[in-house]
Amino acid sequence: MKAGVVTFPGSNCDHDVYDVLSKIFSFDTDLIWHQKRHLNNYDLLVLPGGFSYGDYLRSGAIARFARIMDSVIDFALAGGLVLGICNGFQILLESNLLPGAMKVNDNLKFVCKNVSLEVNNNKTTFTNHYREKEIIEMPVAHGEGNYYIDKKGLNSLIDNNQIVLRYANQSENPNGSVENIAGISNKKGNILGLMPHPERCSEDIISPGRRDGYRLFSSIVANLKAGGEQIG
Amino acid sequence: MSKLAENGWEKEGLTKEEYDKIVDLLKRKPTDTELGIFGVMWSEHCSYKNSKLVLKDLPTEGECVLQGPGENAGIVDIGDNQAISFKIESHNHPSAVEPFQGAATGIGGIIRDIFTMGARPIANLNSLRFGNLNNKRVQYLFKGVVAGISSYGNSIGIPTVGGEIYFDDVYEGNPLVNVMSVGLLDHADIATATARGAGNPVMVVGAATGRDGIKGASFASDELTEESDEDRPAVQVGDPFLEKLLLEASLELIKSGALIGIQDMGAAGLTSSSAEMASRGDSGIEIDIAKVPVREEDMTSYEIMLSESQERMLVVPKKGKENVVKDIFEKWGLHAEVIGKVTDDGMLRILNDGNKVAEISASLLADEAPEYTRETKKPEYLRTIKAVNREKIKSDNFSEDLLKLLSSPTIASKKWVYEQYDHMVMTNTVVGPGSDAAILRIEGKNKAIALTTDCNGKYCYLNPYRGGAIAVCEAARNIVCSGGRPLAITDGLNFGNPMDPEIYWQFKNSVQGIIEACQKLKTPVIGGNVSFYNESPKGAIDPTPIIGMVGLLDSISEQVTMDFKKEGDLIYLVGKNIDELGASQYLKLKIDKVDGIVPQLDLDLEKRVQKTVRSAVKEDVIKSAHDCSEGGLAVTLAESCFENGLGINVDIDEPISDEALLFGESQSRIVVSIAPDDLHKFEEITVSNSVPYMKIGTVQGGEYKFNELINLDVGEMKSKWETAIEVSL
Repeated sequence: MKAGVVTFPGSNCDHDVYDVLSKIFSFDTDLIWHQKRHLNNYDLLVLPGGFSYGDYLRSGAIARFARIMDSVIDFALAGGLVLGICNGFQILLESNLLPGAMKVNDNLKFVCKNVSLEVNNNKTTFTNHYREKEIIEMPVAHGEGNYYIDKKGLNSLIDNNQIVLRYANQSENPNGSVENIAGISNKKGNILGLMPHPERCSEDIISPGRRDGYRLFSSIVANLKAGGEQIG
Repeated sequence: MSKLAENGWEKEGLTKEEYDKIVDLLKRKPTDTELGIFGVMWSEHCSYKNSKLVLKDLPTEGECVLQGPGENAGIVDIGDNQAISFKIESHNHPSAVEPFQGAATGIGGIIRDIFTMGARPIANLNSLRFGNLNNKRVQYLFKGVVAGISSYGNSIGIPTVGGEIYFDDVYEGNPLVNVMSVGLLDHADIATATARGAGNPVMVVGAATGRDGIKGASFASDELTEESDEDRPAVQVGDPFLEKLLLEASLELIKSGALIGIQDMGAAGLTSSSAEMASRGDSGIEIDIAKVPVREEDMTSYEIMLSESQERMLVVPKKGKENVVKDIFEKWGLHAEVIGKVTDDGMLRILNDGNKVAEISASLLADEAPEYTRETKKPEYLRTIKAVNREKIKSDNFSEDLLKLLSSPTIASKKWVYEQYDHMVMTNTVVGPGSDAAILRIEGKNKAIALTTDCNGKYCYLNPYRGGAIAVCEAARNIVCSGGRPLAITDGLNFGNPMDPEIYWQFKNSVQGIIEACQKLKTPVIGGNVSFYNESPKGAIDPTPIIGMVGLLDSISEQVTMDFKKEGDLIYLVGKNIDELGASQYLKLKIDKVDGIVPQLDLDLEKRVQKTVRSAVKEDVIKSAHDCSEGGLAVTLAESCFENGLGINVDIDEPISDEALLFGESQSRIVVSIAPDDLHKFEEITVSNSVPYMKIGTVQGGEYKFNELINLDVGEMKSKWETAIEVSL
């Protein structure tokens, strides 16, 4: 299994997810420099968290023009597995690989804490090691995680079962996102963007007793080992 | 040479005597640029001219010390050929006039100190002091500082894992923002800030130079006044994105082997970095400022030399390796320009497009600044301090008093603050903010480090010597309560105007207290920072010598947290309760004044208490440990209840007043909980260390019961404690 983690200038969770993929799940993992044009044969691409290009204009708005992104988009449209975490999710939105947009958190403050999530769709490549409607816990750490989509878009997300993760309830929602959305997929289910950080809760030592991020990666691994067939 | 300066010394913050000394040493009058250079290099901020003679007695050596004071940051050994570099630094004055950028650039500066040592920064801590939170201006400063830390620290991707915040009127006009940064490195990668080898190139890398922060070092070495807002241009503007690139590029450069030396351009920018690098290597440096990349037009040599534009470094590579440096920095989209060379004549020579504008011996600037023994006088207020009148502070409702203490901003949970900080990035945070000490794993190894900052300014005001010693002891106690072995400290010494003999007396005595405690606990000082002139029109701050400490856990399995774990566990107090209430937060509550006699400190007892808890940790009998500090035993116990919502039944029979038992802040006390099965094992350890201890109760239910005095619902207490700061904003 081969994975690539894209490093943009300002990415700061690239090494964290690299470590989880390579050390815990034995992926043959590359850090891919943003100025590269071509991708090797990857089974999984990750756009990591951080502040790409300082996020100065709008989160992810500049990163989407990085040289590597054309290849990422081609890879995703051809059905390759793409996981965007936090800033990576924001970049997926800016690149139109996922629908909707991200606004500043409704209380205007950065927030870093553990939140409860509900697994709304466990029939994706990324989530089938969770039970349907299972309540799990993951950390968030963002200033712009207030996901927004218009009514029509939202209906489409719901109709196609694209809302993968929700904050468990209104009080667990740290940013004011529509419908408590924490993570969505594309229609095909090969692209997942989420604000919470699964790589921060995949090891017992830093997340004792609740390695809920582990199962997101183990879902991916199981699906890859089963021959890349998507479940559901 | 440009026109000669006449009477310009005052503008540069120098005295007539200092000016005369300069003329004497140069054997001529200095140029404008030269005088500006002397002004910043001989400022307190850069030269430590008022503190050097006091600081020289700090113990700086020890088994674990790989680098003591004198470099950008100190370094301690943690085994396996790995080391930790750490240092604390203040950014008080900038934060007083421009809280967001002041705090942000404070972080930027200290991070650069760490990675110039060759270490990757892995954690930051903040020690903050503000006035009364009811004051609108204080709220503005508080929110601005927190937002600045959040913005810069989160963006650069270094977790903010701990620190402390106190609120007291004395900090109203002059808040304190001290930042400690901690980095991890291999012994082989230790870098130094030295310029050596005549002919080697001198390069400036990172950001372009602008007019921001000119003379920030001089600004830091003056009192704040009503007009200080006009000094806002002296505050630099931070760019965490650029710093992130600079960090990655610098670490890559250090690994490349092309380097002789590297130094952060912090206070006094190009001036201090070039003079200090040359002086350390017994070399000279010649630079042409016309070659420095600038971002504004028509900058004078004075401005370029004294700019404190952020995110810049001075680099001396080996001759012929200029392109290695350029390639690495170009990859990260940064400037790297050769601006001069190392020489063997010991002079700092500044050219402007080939014309000489300054020529001063580097060691004269970096090492020959005047050293002053300032006059000291025992402060008048200390002569009238006496024990508090117990009649005036009797409690008629202990439960209510405990609730009030738990919701006072100094004691209340700082969750509102630390939830704005990314404390998890880099995935090493085992125990984060809100604990006695933060714990970080060392990736790939079984060991971990523990980090804390501590200082109670009120103790230092009422008894500078004991207050300084207590700050060290409390830091060590926090490390021990987290399962670690204290290794070494960095000190952030914040005081008023050193020209005031009473302030200087506070300074000298606080440092003496630190010295004695460090010697006793065998925790050397590997670096630090002095910040004088912390005064506003309302007067000086309390003396606040902040201690940042690093400890080592041989195994991550030895980590301990403060929270009670299980019903039925036994609660013990290690140490002894003394009938004292002086300097306590309880007094602030009752008479709105922290007064009286500072808690006693017996360093031998302190050492034994720490040793006892450490032995018990090693024997794996400690389930929780929490240091007794502000708010006393009652608050300590409450804080241990919160995380798991567990109650306690505590019954203590002590021949001291109820107020002192509950809220007195006697030192050298640690509350631990153990499983009932470990009772004998634990008591054996305490007895063999001949340390006082007592069983004080059990963990049970959801209520907090302390003798017949307090009976409260843990949930209610926790909610008051957790929301107090947010509610008051």
